[in-house]
Amino acid sequence: MSTVAERPAWTVDPPYGDPGYRSTAKRAPHRPLVPMAPELAPTTGPVFGEGYADPEDADLTAGHAGEPIGQRINVSGRILGSDGRPLAGQLVEIWQCNAAGRYAHQGDQHPAPLDPNFTGAGRCLTDAEGRYRFRTIRPGAYPWRNHPNAWRPAHIHFSVFGRAFTERLVTQMYFPGDPLIPFDPVLRSIRDPKAQERLVSAFDWDSTEEEFALGFAFDVVVGGHLATPPDPA
Amino acid sequence: MSTTLPPTPSQTIGPFFRFGMEWLSGRAIPEAEPPGALTVTGRVLDGDGEPVPDALVEAWQGSVFARSLTDAEGRFRFVTVKPTPAAGGQAPHVEVSVFARGLLQRLWTRLYFPDEAAANEADPLLGAVGDPARAATLVAVPGEDGGVVFDVRLQGEGETVFFAW
Ligand SMILES: [Fe+2]
Repeated sequence: MSTVAERPAWTVDPPYGDPGYRSTAKRAPHRPLVPMAPELAPTTGPVFGEGYADPEDADLTAGHAGEPIGQRINVSGRILGSDGRPLAGQLVEIWQCNAAGRYAHQGDQHPAPLDPNFTGAGRCLTDAEGRYRFRTIRPGAYPWRNHPNAWRPAHIHFSVFGRAFTERLVTQMYFPGDPLIPFDPVLRSIRDPKAQERLVSAFDWDSTEEEFALGFAFDVVVGGHLATPPDPA
Repeated sequence: MSTTLPPTPSQTIGPFFRFGMEWLSGRAIPEAEPPGALTVTGRVLDGDGEPVPDALVEAWQGSVFARSLTDAEGRFRFVTVKPTPAAGGQAPHVEVSVFARGLLQRLWTRLYFPDEAAANEADPLLGAVGDPARAATLVAVPGEDGGVVFDVRLQGEGETVFFAW
């Protein structure tokens, strides 16, 4: 086994190299990572205002000739800093496969149907309390070639920018009670079981709409990754 | 004392992000092209030297953001500006994130400029790398029309320096 660049022990994030996730083999760096001194790290990052997300961009069930097939769901939550502050005006990008587990992507050719009424990409800006809300359909599980009979649990990909370049985060949201979760090498690459659990959304009555859609709640906390916590000035 | 919330862990961007992330690719942010804009081109290569066709590269240098998705040859291209020297004696640089299938967390690297030899020599982060041959992986090479070329080697021979934070 070749050496693999390890992330420091204080991180909640997965290591780059993980034998359970085959695609890391040729892509994870082998040389030691160089510690970024906090005083040399950037303190700014891109800010996306109006014009980067229209209200209809948050509804993944709209914009096509008809309704997509699948269980309609509302996914909502807050984007927060690790200091507990809500992040207002944050650009949140999501993407997912359809109810049958197929992505609207050329590279996904597994034999599940495409849905002409579903693309699976959305975005929105958080409100003053850091809240976002998407309407979509529940994604299906999908097979992948990581190991024999490998299936990813249903998930939605999330991308947020945070307040500075250091807080940039791309992650995945899972669904409570998914029987595939304990077997997923991507989720299990996170060593701390409590940190794994933070990627599983909660069923949410508050955003469940009568005779229309189920609600799931998922908060995202950015920051808190620096070796020395930033000064709480 | 403010509360401390446990951070949300990172997950791979996966192979199928193009239809979700491409809308911001090649878009100038801010919209107006800033004075002194220059083009950065490069390739993302894996441990076998093979192109990485499913990577997402993002750049930030204090005022200009750019996103680029690699093509079948692993090539990316974005427009940025060379910033004025940063505080703390740092040479002009651009922060670069690389996301890809097989990367459970983004990689953070930096692009330094080839026409800033003296400033690069004095840069504290380039100095912290130790081995000059490794530090050299962070310095772009001159390209066409005043642009620069910055290849990212994820692993192995000539592996790019990445940071922990
Ligand atoms: Fe996925």
